[in-house]
Amino acid sequence: MQPPVILAPGARNKQYWSDLWRYRGLLGFLAWRDVAVRYKQTAMGVLWALIRPVITLAAMWFIGWLFGSTVPAGVPRILLVAAATMPWQLFASVFDGVANSMVGNSNLVTKVYFPRLVLPLSTVVVSLIDMAISLAVLVVLMALYRYLPGPEVLLLPVFLALAVLAALGTGLYMAALNVKYRDFRYVVPIVVQFGLYVTPVAFGSADVYNNPSIPAALKFLYSCNPMVSVIDGFRFSLFGHEMPVHWPGFVVSLAVSLLLLLLGIRYFRRTEKGFADII
Amino acid sequence: MGAPIIVAQGLGKKFTLGAKREPYTALREVIGRKARALLSPGGKAKAGNEFWALKDLDFSINEGDRVGIIGRNGAGKSTLLKVISRIIDPTEGRAEIRGRLASLLEVGTGFHPELSGRENIFLNGSILGMSRAEITARFDEIVAFSEVERFLDTPVKRYSSGMYVRLAFAVAAHLEPEILVVDEVLAVGDAEFQRKCIGKMKEVSSGGRTVLFVSHNMAAIQNLCNTAMYLRHGKLVVQGNTPAVVAEYLRATDAGPSSDLAARMDRQGNGAVRFTDFTLGTPDGGELAAAQTGSAVVFRFDFQPGPGPVNNLHLAMGIDDVYGQRILHLSNETTGQVFARAQESTRISILVPRCPLLPGTYGFTLFSTVNGEVADYIFNAGTFHVESGDFFGTGRLPAGDQGAFTTEHSFILS
Repeated sequence: MQPPVILAPGARNKQYWSDLWRYRGLLGFLAWRDVAVRYKQTAMGVLWALIRPVITLAAMWFIGWLFGSTVPAGVPRILLVAAATMPWQLFASVFDGVANSMVGNSNLVTKVYFPRLVLPLSTVVVSLIDMAISLAVLVVLMALYRYLPGPEVLLLPVFLALAVLAALGTGLYMAALNVKYRDFRYVVPIVVQFGLYVTPVAFGSADVYNNPSIPAALKFLYSCNPMVSVIDGFRFSLFGHEMPVHWPGFVVSLAVSLLLLLLGIRYFRRTEKGFADII
Repeated sequence: MGAPIIVAQGLGKKFTLGAKREPYTALREVIGRKARALLSPGGKAKAGNEFWALKDLDFSINEGDRVGIIGRNGAGKSTLLKVISRIIDPTEGRAEIRGRLASLLEVGTGFHPELSGRENIFLNGSILGMSRAEITARFDEIVAFSEVERFLDTPVKRYSSGMYVRLAFAVAAHLEPEILVVDEVLAVGDAEFQRKCIGKMKEVSSGGRTVLFVSHNMAAIQNLCNTAMYLRHGKLVVQGNTPAVVAEYLRATDAGPSSDLAARMDRQGNGAVRFTDFTLGTPDGGELAAAQTGSAVVFRFDFQPGPGPVNNLHLAMGIDDVYGQRILHLSNETTGQVFARAQESTRISILVPRCPLLPGTYGFTLFSTVNGEVADYIFNAGTFHVESGDFFGTGRLPAGDQGAFTTEHSFILS
């Protein structure tokens, strides 16, 4: 028999993390629901999962070509852009999904108990499924250009995980704030839209770090963006030493993203008991 | 009788009323409030907006108990279930729960309209806390209970509301937790299915599981529960064996025919009309304190039209006995008197030429639509009394335990 549950104001739930594990089935079902529902009553169905990344990719490639960002020799521009568009889309979709996960499921929050982290985590699973489709597109592109990545490609999952962590931390903050102040519903798309311009998607980090006209302070600020390390790492793992990582910037960016994750989980855990009261 | 499985000490839950009317806060207001607080230090938020939905609750529930929780609307029954189910945090006191608990506060929580019946069984089951293996093992039983085999692969958005409820309850009925918490979910669904559900819950609880059951239906409570708790204004009035607690509740049920409908917050509908008052009267316009068996009575409902046109006004009054069992339904849809235009009106009266109800207290629920859309719906809107009267001109009426109403009849010997 499980140990007794104590209900009291501010009582710490000692079984939270084991509960979360026990509810992993629910996590899976919720993710499955979101995927299953998405393409119901659509004529093109799952094709949409392909159309979205391909169109974004084309747009980003065009912008990079227009402004003539640096492309190392031997690397097709489209692959360089793809290597950034995909992690960025992963970030954007995790961030958006997590931030709206509580409000979008308010009917569950007010009627059933489960560790509330189940909801944001289930949207992460959905985003990862989308990512898998994008990766398939990337593999096809590489085959078309007959490009074979080096052994660095084994690091790819690490950078994917980093993208998820960065998005999860900030997203959890948004999710909790969104429960109380619906203002944050409007903040999310702004972050996603604006973030694209301060993240090396259409350009490369080298364009920033090697540009003498950008002041050092601004470069530091640039490296605080958690997605900088993710995308730099992503490109590194695909193109190896053609795209060397700017290590000091990488470390700052990584630290910021871990800090955000920690703060996000803490804030979410602290406020989640009141969600059903105010959602 | 087993060991205590739920123990509560001084349990209380406070709500801030402002938060209820406005479901969420705008950041702008918070900033504004903080700014004002800076300008006028010492000024605190008004304490009058707070209200205790539960206060100083001490109780203990033993393993295997089937506990009925009764009380009027707003007595804190649902809040208590939510606290015990860990959905909301208590404001003070503490409770200890010594077993795996599943709660059913709503029929079909998490049902997705686009998904098929089969898919929703799995989704809803996992939301209620069943593992995939448990659902698979009971899948056939659930389907058989729900009687929707033929539509298993149809999206539930195409289900009739009856099918929807049956499927949803079927999933919930096959939960096997140590403690089962059930809110008033049986109010929906047809009578036959309700009987089936109560039978199923009896079966569930006879297996030694603890059940907490909220209902306005005293017959269901008496049928199902061996002990009961009576809540009033958030406080526990009495806990004990069911007949005694139910008797106490019925004694305390307040008298008076009218009810101030205007003040009711727990209403649904788009507000095309809003009912403000209910009174009993005579056909010639007089007032009545109580109806009388066998005499004419008029149920008068005053309403305010909303800003839009009030076309095709429809009103239904559902009359319940003290046990919460629906015994009569009066509706201008069944009488065929549709009010095509009611913009200029402020009152609907229902004339009952010879009141068939036997002496006692009755409750009613009010439901109205305008142009086919729900305009105003107040569950358990109020109560009224019926005094004894001379229905048959013999000075005699059936005894109080012989049903809720009588009808004209005669006997023939041949």
